[in-house]
Amino acid sequence: MQTNFIRKIIFDEKSRALLIQTLVIGLFAVFIYLIAQQTAYNLEKRGISSGFDFLNISAGYDISIRLIPFSSEDTHLRAYFVGLLNTLMIAVCGCILATILGFLVGIIRLSSNWLFRNIAYVYVEFTRNVPVLLQIILYYSILLNLPKIKQAFVIFDTFYLTNRGLFSPSPIFKEGFSIVFWSFIFAIFFSILIKRFLKKKQEQTGKQYPIFLINSAIIIFTPILFFYVMGMPLEFDSPVLKGFNFKGGMVIRPEFLGMLFGLSIYTAAFISETVRSGIISVSKGQREASQALGLKSSFVMRLIIIPQALRVIIPPLTSQYLNLTKNSSLGIAIGYADLVHGFGGISLNQTGRAIEIMLIVMLTYLSISLTISLFMNLYNKSVQFKGNA
Amino acid sequence: MTKIKSLFISLVLTLGVSTAIAGSHGSTLDLVKERGKLMCGSNTGLAGFGAPNDAGVWEGIDVDVCRAVAAAVLGDASKVEYVPTTSKVRFTVLQSGEIDMLSRNTTWTLSRDVDLGLEFVGVNYYDGQGFMVNKSLGVSSAMDLDGASVCIQVGTTTEMNLADFFKANGMSYESVPVETNSEADAAYLAGRCDIYTTDASGLYASRAGYPDPSAHVVLPEIISKEPLGPAVRHGDSEWADIVRWSLNAMIIGEELGINSGNVEEMKGSKNPEVLRLLGVDAGYGAMLGLSDDWAANILTQVGNYSESFEKHIGPNTPINIQRGLNALYKDGGILYAPPFR
Repeated sequence: MQTNFIRKIIFDEKSRALLIQTLVIGLFAVFIYLIAQQTAYNLEKRGISSGFDFLNISAGYDISIRLIPFSSEDTHLRAYFVGLLNTLMIAVCGCILATILGFLVGIIRLSSNWLFRNIAYVYVEFTRNVPVLLQIILYYSILLNLPKIKQAFVIFDTFYLTNRGLFSPSPIFKEGFSIVFWSFIFAIFFSILIKRFLKKKQEQTGKQYPIFLINSAIIIFTPILFFYVMGMPLEFDSPVLKGFNFKGGMVIRPEFLGMLFGLSIYTAAFISETVRSGIISVSKGQREASQALGLKSSFVMRLIIIPQALRVIIPPLTSQYLNLTKNSSLGIAIGYADLVHGFGGISLNQTGRAIEIMLIVMLTYLSISLTISLFMNLYNKSVQFKGNA
Repeated sequence: MTKIKSLFISLVLTLGVSTAIAGSHGSTLDLVKERGKLMCGSNTGLAGFGAPNDAGVWEGIDVDVCRAVAAAVLGDASKVEYVPTTSKVRFTVLQSGEIDMLSRNTTWTLSRDVDLGLEFVGVNYYDGQGFMVNKSLGVSSAMDLDGASVCIQVGTTTEMNLADFFKANGMSYESVPVETNSEADAAYLAGRCDIYTTDASGLYASRAGYPDPSAHVVLPEIISKEPLGPAVRHGDSEWADIVRWSLNAMIIGEELGINSGNVEEMKGSKNPEVLRLLGVDAGYGAMLGLSDDWAANILTQVGNYSESFEKHIGPNTPINIQRGLNALYKDGGILYAPPFR
C-alpha cells in the first residue's frame, strides 16, 4: 500500500505535477512570510516606526491641483483621495484624447493622400520612439514659455492664456438649472428609445431614417429650450487680474496640460498603429463585397470595416489604456499633483512610512488597472462575433 | 526618476535581508575604515553648501563636514564619495544604509530625529525660511503676498511652514511643487510663480546664480527656525559621536584661533585645550576610536568653521551671506561647541 502510494507519486505524471506545484507554492509562501518578518524586524531594530495610523494625522501641506477641497489641516488619507482623483482625471482625459487622436492618425496613415499619410507616419515614428518622460518635460517647458501672468494672452475677451494656466469663466448654476440638466438626461434616454424604434422600423420596412440627425437635434435643443423656459438660470464668474493672480473663474494648470499632451500624444502613436493593423486585418473581400452591394463608402467604413476591425483593436487598446494610466505617475517630473506626487511623495517624506505608503499606492494602481481591464474585456466581448459564425 | 529611486529603496529595504544583517553587525566606523572611503549624502547641487565646482570637485560648507569626518576617520579629507540626494529621498537613502552620513542642509526636527530612526548630531548652519520675489512686483513684506503663486520644494519642512504661515495670516496662495533647487529656479525665473521660498541661505545661493541677481530681493521676514545639520542612523552612537565631534572640532578650532595654516605652529601652544585638540596631549582620539591627530587632520585639510564659511558662502563669495546667527557665541552669534576635555 505504502509503496504503491510512493510509486504513484513518482511515476504518475499527474500526481507528480500536483506534488511539485504544491511544493513550489508552499516554498513561495514561506519566502514571502520570511521577507515580511525580516522587514518588520529590521524596521524595529532601526527604530523606524511603522503602521497605518499616520493616515489620520493632518498632512500639513497644500495641494493646488485638486478636485475636492483640501487644506493643510486635512489628513493624509484625504491627501490620498485628492491624489487619486487627480490620477483618475489625467487617466480619463488622457485616454479619451489619445483614442480620438489615435483613431484619426490611424485612418490617415491608410489615406491615399501622400502628404497626409507621411505626416502621420513621421508623427508616429517620432513620438513612439522618444521616451514619454522627455515629451512631458518638453510640452511643460513650452507651456512655461507662454506669456507671463501680467501679459496674459486674451482670447475672445473671456479666456486668458498664461504660463500659470488657461483661465476661463466658471459657471454659476442658479435655481432651476437642475431642470435643464435633467431635461438633458431625459433627452438622451428619449433618443435611445427613438433609435430602437426606428431601427426596428427599418428592419421591418427597409426604409432608412436619419437617426443620427434626429437624435442630435433632440439632445441639443431640448436643454436649450428648457434653459430659456427657466429664464436662463446660469451666470459666469469671470477671472479678473487682481494682485499676483487672476481671481475667480476656473483654471487649467500647465502641469495638467503638460501631462495631458505628453501622455495622449505619446499613447496616440501606439493606438494609431493598433487601429491601422485592425483596419488592414479586415479581409479585402469584405470591402469589395459591400461595394458590390452598392453601399456608400462611408457606410462601408462604419458598418462593415470598423465593427470587424474593433475585434482586433480592442485587446491591444486595453493595454495602451493601462500604459497611459501607469505613465501618469510621471506627473512627479513636472509637479502634477497625482497620487505618486502627493501621497506617494510628500506624505511619504513627512511621515517616513515608505513601505506602507508604497504598498497602498501600488495596490491602488493595481485596482485601477484591473478595473480598466475588466471593462475593456466586457466591451471586447460585446464586439466579438456572436453565435456560431 | 526620484519616484523610481524611492521605490527601489523601499524594495531594498524589503528585500535587503542579507545586507541588513551585515549592516547591523559591523559598526559604521569599521565599515568606513574597511571601505577606505566615506559615503556622504549631499545636495543635488546647492551653491556654497554642496555642489560640484567647474572641475567636478564637491564644495560647500555641508561638503566640508563630510570632508572633516573623512579626515578624522581616514586621515584624508578627499576620501569621500558624494551621493546626491533630493529632499525627498534623503532619509530613505540614509536609513537603508546606502550612505554613512547625511550632510545636506537638512532641518533638525523632533519627528525626523525620533520617528524616522535618525540622529542629528549638531548644527552647522542656523537658518530660517525666507521669501524671494522679483523687485518689479514692488513687494516689501511677506504680509503682502496674498494670492501669490509660490514655488516650493516638496518633502521639506518649508512646505509645512509655508502652509502654516499663510493660514495664520489669513492669506491664500497657489503652491507650485518642484523637486530640486534648479527646477525651482527655472520655474521662478519663467514666472510660473511669484515667490520662491526656502531656507534663506538657499535663496541667497540661488540668487547668486541668476542672470541678474540684483533684480530679486529676499524679504525681511524669516518665518521659521531651520537649524541645519548632519545626521546619521539611529543606534550607532559611536559613529554619531565621531560626526558630532568632527563638526565641533571645526568650531572649537575657530574659537581657539587654529586654522589650516597654523596647525603645526599651534602644537607648541601653551593653551592646554589647543594641545588636547591637536593631539599633542594624547588620549582623546582613542576615546572616539580614532588616532590622536584626528582633529589636527580636520583643521589642516578642511580648516576651521570660519575658513569654511568665508570660503564658500561668506561676504566675499557670490553668495554673500553675513555670519549673523552663525557667528561664534562670543562674537554675537549662537554657534557654540561643548568644551573639548
